[in-house]
Amino acid sequence: MNYLFLLFNEIYKILFLLIPILVSVALIVWFDRRVWAFVQKRRGPNVVGPFGLFQTVADALKYIFKEIIIPASANKIIFILAPIVTMTLALIAWAVIPFSEELVLSNINVGILYLFAISSLGVYGIIMGGWASNSKYPFLGSIRSAAQMVSYEVSIGIIIVNVLLCVGSLNLKDIVLAQKNIWFIIPLFPMFVIFFISALAETNRPPFDLPEAESELVAGYQTEYSGMMYAMFWLGEYANILLMCAMGSILFLGGWLSPINLYPFNLLPSPFWMILKILLLFFLFALVKAIVPRYRFDQLMRLGWKVFLPFSLIWVILTASYLYYFGMLPNST
Amino acid sequence: MLSEFLQNYFSIIIFLFIAMGLSVGFIFLNFLLSPKKPDPEKLSAFESGFEAFGDSRMEFDVRFYLVAILFIIFDLEIAFLFPWAISLGKIGLLGFWSMMIFLFILTIGFIYEWKKGALDWD
Repeated sequence: MNYLFLLFNEIYKILFLLIPILVSVALIVWFDRRVWAFVQKRRGPNVVGPFGLFQTVADALKYIFKEIIIPASANKIIFILAPIVTMTLALIAWAVIPFSEELVLSNINVGILYLFAISSLGVYGIIMGGWASNSKYPFLGSIRSAAQMVSYEVSIGIIIVNVLLCVGSLNLKDIVLAQKNIWFIIPLFPMFVIFFISALAETNRPPFDLPEAESELVAGYQTEYSGMMYAMFWLGEYANILLMCAMGSILFLGGWLSPINLYPFNLLPSPFWMILKILLLFFLFALVKAIVPRYRFDQLMRLGWKVFLPFSLIWVILTASYLYYFGMLPNST
Repeated sequence: MLSEFLQNYFSIIIFLFIAMGLSVGFIFLNFLLSPKKPDPEKLSAFESGFEAFGDSRMEFDVRFYLVAILFIIFDLEIAFLFPWAISLGKIGLLGFWSMMIFLFILTIGFIYEWKKGALDWD
């Protein structure tokens, strides 16, 4: 009886997290399209609902009624599994994101490691989708995408190590609370820039959307998908983008902490600041999509391996030496 | 009752099942509601409107494979760096220099592969 109660309590808490995520993914797709449109002096989606807010919901409903086409030559099981994997992974990573000091579903000690692991697994959905389609464009798109995500994961990992040196804990709450005095964006500004660019590459956002470069590969790994399975790929993609924004705001922008600890500002609830920071980062993502032209694949790989990797590795050594020789390391005895 | 430690992981597992159920539910709903009119042209692999040239289980550029191997090396290195970064305050000078030597050896390997052209794409 006790365990049953516990189970229902958990499910209630999860729904309290899951539904806002799905709604915010829907809104963020709309926001993305609006920003994109405004940069190009268009109106963007503005018909369905007030300001076109329900556009994404309408799109999703439309996808549910679309025919599912599975190519005759495809590996059917893997083909169907791929969007499920993508979307599941994109959602469960949110379990550890803290929105305030108490508001977190699962406050595990290895929070950042969990996030890193789950976002690394995201590449499987893409590889499975591209390979199972048994068609040339998806195949090329998926190996490109795998190479790209894998390359930028290395630099994201090293950037996280930079932050961890300053924090001394893998717990996401501790990472935020360590920024009470100063946000890590100020001492680690170059790392923030690299993190932002790597996050663009990691989530296959423009200007690094080479896996689905429509001028070369039609739609990359999604070419053979239709109906809800296609929609799940982009839902997963946007959930991942939001996750990267949340990770950026936890690692560098002080998570739920208010920017100024003064009277009118610290009255606002903590989740408000967290959401504001996520939105701000997403706004930058959307602007970059509208402004920057697409990279070439060799330029992308050169940037990842020859610029970001050595630079962030050198920065780890600098941070570690600085903290060590000035006795500023956390946990020091 | 479960300990707090276990309860945190318990909620992740429940979340995993709910997220999976949601994804499967979406596809299931799509299967129920969508029209089903298969046709051999529709079911053939897309290749710009032509008949597909052969199979797509073909060989691909070895560089992708190389990138995957390099990734394993550097990701392992990051796996070593994580605990080191957490405990640097406790392990002292010896711990600090051990990692520096490890990074130095790794850098030699990195310079070697750079000069060999393993990172070039053209």
